[in-house]
Amino acid sequence: MKTPDLLRLATRNLRESMLRNSLTTIGISVGVASLVSMMSLGVGLQRMIGVRLEKVGFNLLTVMNRGNLLRMGGVGANSPQASQAEERALDEAARLEIERLPGVVEAYPELRFLGEFSFADRTRHGMLAALPGSVKTTDDFSNVKGRFFSSPEAAEALVEKSFAAELLGKPVPRPGRGVLRRMYGPASASLDVSALARDLVGKLLVLHYSERVAGADRTAGYTVTPRQATLKIVGVADIDVQSRYARTGVFLPMKFAQGLHAMQGTDVRATSAPTYNMLIVRVRDSGQVQKVEDTVKMMGFGAMSIQDAMRSLRQGFAVFDVFLGVFGSLALAVASIGIVNTLVMAILERRREIGIMKAIGGSDSDVKRVFFAEAGAMGLLGGCVGVLLGWLIGRAIDAGTNIYLARQGMGSVEVWYVSWWLVAGAIGFSLAVSLLAGWYPASRASRLDPVEALRYQ
Amino acid sequence: MGTSVVRAVDGISLEVAAGDFVALLGPSGSGKSSLLNLIAGLDRPTAGTVEILGKDLARLSRDELAGYRLRTAGMVFQSFNLIPTMTVMENVELPMCFAEVDRAERASLARAALGRVGLTPRVGHRPSELSGGEQQRAAIARALINHPRLLLADEPTGNLDSRTGAGIMSLIVECRASLGMTVIMVTHERALAERYARRMLFLADGVLDGDVENGAIA
Repeated sequence: MKTPDLLRLATRNLRESMLRNSLTTIGISVGVASLVSMMSLGVGLQRMIGVRLEKVGFNLLTVMNRGNLLRMGGVGANSPQASQAEERALDEAARLEIERLPGVVEAYPELRFLGEFSFADRTRHGMLAALPGSVKTTDDFSNVKGRFFSSPEAAEALVEKSFAAELLGKPVPRPGRGVLRRMYGPASASLDVSALARDLVGKLLVLHYSERVAGADRTAGYTVTPRQATLKIVGVADIDVQSRYARTGVFLPMKFAQGLHAMQGTDVRATSAPTYNMLIVRVRDSGQVQKVEDTVKMMGFGAMSIQDAMRSLRQGFAVFDVFLGVFGSLALAVASIGIVNTLVMAILERRREIGIMKAIGGSDSDVKRVFFAEAGAMGLLGGCVGVLLGWLIGRAIDAGTNIYLARQGMGSVEVWYVSWWLVAGAIGFSLAVSLLAGWYPASRASRLDPVEALRYQ
Repeated sequence: MGTSVVRAVDGISLEVAAGDFVALLGPSGSGKSSLLNLIAGLDRPTAGTVEILGKDLARLSRDELAGYRLRTAGMVFQSFNLIPTMTVMENVELPMCFAEVDRAERASLARAALGRVGLTPRVGHRPSELSGGEQQRAAIARALINHPRLLLADEPTGNLDSRTGAGIMSLIVECRASLGMTVIMVTHERALAERYARRMLFLADGVLDGDVENGAIA
């Protein structure tokens, strides 16, 4: 029997028991919808986190003292390369050595420390970060209101917009609470950055911090001395909440910040010569990151990149996706039992019809293919409707999530993502499961003895 | 359910000439339908041979038997056996679907066959909307659609009144004459056999009990 005739016959047979076949198809649709919604949640979350990681920078490599990286649970800290090399202190000599590696544009220390700021009779606490000149053209600092630092040594400051509002005593919207607040940070999208810059640029900000003063012979410990520095505010930065610079209040030029010798978190443990907590290495091309990372590890440091994180993220999500897929498939498995049931019932009802088909020349394979096509048609239709249903569920939950986030004053996110491969895969999977489910009834129908079948009333 | 062996057809040896009209007669349970099923390739003998046009049906595979039923032997049943969910036209087209005849050609052939049995106005009807005689005409059209060499009829008038039955028999005789087919018909009505069959075979308890040439029929 030709395929078009087979399909016509199968659809005609399906229409004859409309209610039962529709219910079976709805069962498949629900199964596929559950699979699609589960899988698209996995894909959506993976995508969302991937986008966030990309913003941090794909061509950046974080270098730390190997012990620190291990304590942080860093990826690749105890890789084969790392274990071969002897651990080294991450000091200025090391920084210069890394900066000279082929493919490296710059290696700058990640200087972050807490400070106390006095501005217009108000005192505020905030995190400071030192910036190299190269960040000027990045997304975070290319749209600074005011200007970027005049030089790496200038006593100048860029203020983050929420912190700027705090300094000016303006209300900072902080509607989010709990987990969402921690995930997305305070909502500051509503702040007028230009207005803040108008009020702040050119004004002076006094920074109180703790300086680490080396001992007399530079090895016998150090003392901590309170200091203050006066900074000229040159601009207000609108930092994306997903940026690595989010949650930093004030930015200083790199050389100037290094000159402050401000006490770092890791200094509590270190008593010898000053070392860097962390170096950020900017590589010319993201394709070279792995090579530089391996070299740095061979030198005796711990190193990690977003690419490492993406790799482990992909592994993690692969497991998560399998988990979601298995749960999503359960409903489809139940639906496939429905197909078996429907077709076995159909064989009982159409026993005589099968006998007639065989008596007038239908072969075993013709009969088998008719039932197979019926199972396939239910699977295909159920798959298509299921994908649509799954997509609608996804849209609804996306909309619900964004309404909630909007009420919390946060930007919208896309936690649900239905890709084309998922659509094609789900329909294909539904078809495959249906054909598999149809295998037994179809074989049973084809094996029916025509004389017995014709006797059946 | 039982395990005892029933010999429905036992030790029958007969030869039918091409183009003949043979009636298988006998009481219920005499084995005439079983013999017809063996000739139709619906059943296989446990021993012996059924040779049609030089082929031993007992040695054919299931697919080859299906091919034989499709192209060599057409069947007509007492209860018509039309597929109730299909129209008359679709029922007649079905054997051509199995034979993979092109759709356009199929439609014209089916129309012509239905025209020959006088069912042109009923092509779009379902079997349940037809009278018994009309259903049997449709079944004959279906049986003849692939031009078989052999027409096997199992009590073709058994569910019809005598007048309609006579009409069906006339149609079978006419088709046999025009298409040059061999007809083997199962019936328990001796009068019907004497009127239409050229040869009458009598069966009793699965055994051939008599073989009579009907001189009245050419």
